[in-house]
Amino acid sequence: MLTSLAFYLFAFVLLLSATMVITARSPVHSVLFLILGFFNAAGLFVLLGAEFVAMILVIVYVGAVAVLFLFVVMMLDMGFAELRKGAMKYVPVGLIVGGILLAELAIVYANWSFVPDYQSNLASPVNADVNNTEALGALLYTDYVFAFQVAGLVLLVAMIGAIVLTHRTRGGVRRQKIAEQNARKREDVVQVIKVQPGAGV
Amino acid sequence: MTEVFMFSSIEPMVPEIFMAIAGLALLVLGAFNGDKAANQIGWLTALAITVTIALLLQTSAQPQIVLNGLFVMDQFAGVMKLLILLGLLVSVILSIRYIADEKMARFEYPLLMLFAGLGMMIMVSAHDLLSLYMGLELQSLALYVLASIRRDNAKSSEAGLKYFVLGAISSGMLLFGASLVYGYTGSTNFLMIGDAVAQHKEIGVLVGMVFLLAGLAFKVSAAPFHMWTPDVYEGAPTSVTAFFAMVPKVAAIALLIRLLFSAFPGAIIQWQEIVWALSAMSMAVGAFAALRQENIKRLLAYSSIGNMGFALVGLAAGSGEGVTAVLVYLVIYMIMTAGTFGIVLSMRRNGQELEKISDLSGLSRTCPTSAYALAILMFSMSGIPPLAGFFSKFMVFQAAVAEGFYGLAVFGVLCSVVAAYYYIRIIKVMFFDEPVAMYDKGTPFARKMIVGLSVMFIMVFVFNPSPLVDIRRDAVTVFFPHG
Repeated sequence: MLTSLAFYLFAFVLLLSATMVITARSPVHSVLFLILGFFNAAGLFVLLGAEFVAMILVIVYVGAVAVLFLFVVMMLDMGFAELRKGAMKYVPVGLIVGGILLAELAIVYANWSFVPDYQSNLASPVNADVNNTEALGALLYTDYVFAFQVAGLVLLVAMIGAIVLTHRTRGGVRRQKIAEQNARKREDVVQVIKVQPGAGV
Repeated sequence: MTEVFMFSSIEPMVPEIFMAIAGLALLVLGAFNGDKAANQIGWLTALAITVTIALLLQTSAQPQIVLNGLFVMDQFAGVMKLLILLGLLVSVILSIRYIADEKMARFEYPLLMLFAGLGMMIMVSAHDLLSLYMGLELQSLALYVLASIRRDNAKSSEAGLKYFVLGAISSGMLLFGASLVYGYTGSTNFLMIGDAVAQHKEIGVLVGMVFLLAGLAFKVSAAPFHMWTPDVYEGAPTSVTAFFAMVPKVAAIALLIRLLFSAFPGAIIQWQEIVWALSAMSMAVGAFAALRQENIKRLLAYSSIGNMGFALVGLAAGSGEGVTAVLVYLVIYMIMTAGTFGIVLSMRRNGQELEKISDLSGLSRTCPTSAYALAILMFSMSGIPPLAGFFSKFMVFQAAVAEGFYGLAVFGVLCSVVAAYYYIRIIKVMFFDEPVAMYDKGTPFARKMIVGLSVMFIMVFVFNPSPLVDIRRDAVTVFFPHG
């Protein structure tokens, strides 16, 4: 009873906020509704028993992606009203594409069938005893440690790439020199001036 | 399911582990010394690759599948890795002087090549869709950065951006295919997929396979997924273009062979048709689109598309002989490309790089050695008999005819005739046009060596072709145990 109540609550707010994301006038509101949507989707995942995915959704999407969006939206003064002006004329095309996708999904769903004994093919059978964070960890650091390590290398290359392509040493930059700051003495920088009342400095 | 860890389970991947550690160590060295150390880091990278080759030769070629089925080491992987590492070594050596001349020497440059090479090694040894994807991404990401490494140059940035965007789309297609295959077979392991496909051929698996093939066809730049190639080859620095033309294609073709023969042998009729179409289209694009090119890098880009088409002819045959022919083709193609780019890299006048075909005019009088070397390479590329390029083409067509693909073979020969026009036009420009000013002196010794060795190889291959062909044939037995 309580679960289904929670489900309908999360689902309702999720759909509502998803609609608001595309209809809100201000882009900042859109991003905020997007964050609300992510939270509710996370709630749905918790109800499904996939608490790891829920946490990832909150940490990665809310914590990083949505905040990044918010920064971009607030920093860049893009003419969203201008962008939106001609959007209505694409609605028919959008509806057609959306309709085709929906029909395809329906066909796939209707014709779905598994290979006869697919259970025996599963790389990692579902174990009911452990929670899914633990299960993922146990797989990631044992059976799939190779893929995990290569993923580390991929990220390293991405970092090298970002630095190679964007880092440049520029002249005339005032860097903070901590040693110099610490070496400053009071006498060098502070001057005590006696000011006569009413005469000004 | 989870086995106890033992050294024997990582023994087949010692070369890769060494390469990764060497790359990390050199990265730290570079970070401390900055770009002044680019030259030393380049040579140290070459040394690291040489040591990796030595380690690879020590590794046993007995078929072994380790790390929960993610990684396979067998004779095929060994032979392909050796080829990749040699190509990598040549590319790094060709680059060191060039990047200094072009004032784009950065210590990350050779290291990105090293990491791209590591990604290719992982691709060749992939035995699971997961390791396939990880290797492919490691390789591609390094290649995107290499293409745009001359970041202040608009063309280089354009090349990098185009390559990145289209590469991301192809990765998306590949992943979509992988998810379909996983969904319908219940496994990402090649052997398991092979079993499932053999038992029960669902339409979903075939759709997934088509997407996987499309993603990989992008990486080998087979038509109709070739659009990025000319722009990227033209925009990227020439040393990077040489690397692109030589090495990643070998790795991608090796991966394609591995995927088709260990995961989809049950669907051979279906994928033969796809490979047939890819091959015919690539040969046509390579032959006709290159006719009007004025830029030698663009010309070589179309030439590489055409060459991949010829290599795919052997794969379309689907037989042991066909795959042997593909491997021989790749070796000879790589050697010819190395020689050609060695000469193109030396086309400089007053410290400026030249890349027009007209800049070659009268080369036979200003620099006869280069002119004769390039002439031999071009004759070989166009497939004139006593040279190695003829035998590689001959072998793929022979394999195709043996399996009854007469149409494809005839079409291939016709495309090869058309392609001969633009190869021989380069020779005509060099020997019969009026000379322009001399090129700059001071071609580095290593570059001369590479060009010399490559020309030597394509000339003497005719006298003793059997060792190379035999090694390739042994490597292929992995997929064709019964002959």
